[in-house]
Amino acid sequence: MRYAVLIKQVPDTRTVRMDEKTGTVVRDGSQAVINPLDLYALKAALSLKTEDAAANVTVISMGPAAAEKALREALALGADDALLICDRVAAGSDTMATSKILAAALRKFGPFDAIFTGERATDGDTGQVGPEIASALGVGLATYVGSVKTGQGGLEAERKTENDVEQWLVHLPAVISVTKAIGEVGLPTLAGKKAARRRPIPTVTVAELGLAAEEVGLNGSPTRVVKIFHPSIGRKGRRITVVDETTLQQATDAIAAMVKGGAQ
Amino acid sequence: MKVCIIAEALNHRLQPISFELLTRALALAPGDIGALVVSDGLSDSELHRLVAAGADVVLSYEGDFLGRFRPEPYAQALLAAVKELEPEILIGGATTTGRTWLPYAAMKMQTGLTADCTELAIEPDSGLLLQTRPAIGGNIMATIRTPHHRPQMATVRPHATPPSMEVAGREGVIRHIAAPSEWDNSALSLMQSTPLDERQELANAKRIVAVGRGIRKPEHLPMIRELASLLGAALGATREIVDRGWLPYSCQIGLSGRTVTPELYLGLGVSGAIQHLAGMQTAARIIAVNTDSEAQIFSLADLAIVGSLHDVVPKLIETVRRGGQL
Repeated sequence: MRYAVLIKQVPDTRTVRMDEKTGTVVRDGSQAVINPLDLYALKAALSLKTEDAAANVTVISMGPAAAEKALREALALGADDALLICDRVAAGSDTMATSKILAAALRKFGPFDAIFTGERATDGDTGQVGPEIASALGVGLATYVGSVKTGQGGLEAERKTENDVEQWLVHLPAVISVTKAIGEVGLPTLAGKKAARRRPIPTVTVAELGLAAEEVGLNGSPTRVVKIFHPSIGRKGRRITVVDETTLQQATDAIAAMVKGGAQ
Repeated sequence: MKVCIIAEALNHRLQPISFELLTRALALAPGDIGALVVSDGLSDSELHRLVAAGADVVLSYEGDFLGRFRPEPYAQALLAAVKELEPEILIGGATTTGRTWLPYAAMKMQTGLTADCTELAIEPDSGLLLQTRPAIGGNIMATIRTPHHRPQMATVRPHATPPSMEVAGREGVIRHIAAPSEWDNSALSLMQSTPLDERQELANAKRIVAVGRGIRKPEHLPMIRELASLLGAALGATREIVDRGWLPYSCQIGLSGRTVTPELYLGLGVSGAIQHLAGMQTAARIIAVNTDSEAQIFSLADLAIVGSLHDVVPKLIETVRRGGQL
């Protein structure tokens, strides 16, 4: 079995700083991490590998040269191979253009039996790239998968929707996007770290994947960001500061009155 | 056709998101609204609810094999509906179904799709759809257009608008269309499904009591549960509380959890990270209790109590007990 895991390097949203003037994220390398939800995708592939020693896990990322750090981290965690798609013409790609590039890479370096992705990236927050890749490749698709194991004629995947927990047999090849329920990937071993440092990571360009520059980046993207702004929030409410027993009583009476107000 | 909404059905019933999408569509193009629904059969009276809520044309693709969402056959139906109605705008729910179905179909149509929008509007000069959504963990909002590709597609966050009311006397066309058996072709075979127990408890709750870091220890949760139960409220939490394992993920409110629109939201020790606010700012009334007078959540609150939840909650429980049911 050959498994691919797609990972993205993202700014750490817990510590992300915004440029107040431009409304954009201040990106500096030190804050970049593997999209935390992609680690569950890596975990899913590595768990399947424990059942099948001959299996291969390849991590693939598209991004700047610095994204190599994320790939090395994935290698240290147990992935066998890595591939970086690095090309300036890819900058500004929306989900469709991104998916076309990743699909081209999966075709060129494949075939893969299963392609794992996280539910979404914490920066873009779309969750669209997995389904779009499946569509572009014409392979199966299972999303919101919380557990996966080898089954008869494919992989058995548990998918959680708003209403049900569904058990599917997923015939391969397929894209599988996973959730937090998969579990944590653990920590890199010393041997893993050592091996990861030496492993060559091939880099490919968009042209090497057989795509024209106008198919990707801004030119290849149907959607355009026209405006970025800070969420405007604000209500003018009553304020009570609790300093003693009297103000505490005032506060609880005010809460009780407002709770009651809605019941009528 | 100007706008087509993608309704959702399960167990021969329309799902609430269908009516929320009609609210959106009515704001964009009243009188020019199509609705698509894919299922293993819906009655005329059920489909008529879409008409009563604002749809002018309803296309119902039906087949025994369409009872549960699978990407390939559902995408076939969506492509067929787009061919039929030629909508300029296609909107679906940012549900587990919509967030799988729409991107899969958008790639087949080679068009743009904007995920998880909180606002939709028509740009006056161009007539284009303006799609506004949070990004970077809710730290910014982005407005997005799809200038040249059709349809312009977007998924809309559930529970962010009220459902469109059904109005008697509205008329529209309902068409049942038998799905061709060639569509029954998917990599997925269902082995089994089990209904969720806690389903939608939080998302549909009229009152929510939410806890944040101010609770300090999980040992204080029983007091919060008691208050929630006295108020007939569902229990919610910030991401941090869920990440610490003090409450299950089903309780998480915010960008990475559920979006809620209750009549009353009572935040206890919730500081108000954007990530959380994005999931509850549409609540009708917001009460916040926090020791930090600068807490971000106070900018949203109708009633701001600067004080410790450890003082306020026991007193409030006592008040409620004494004063009878609220």
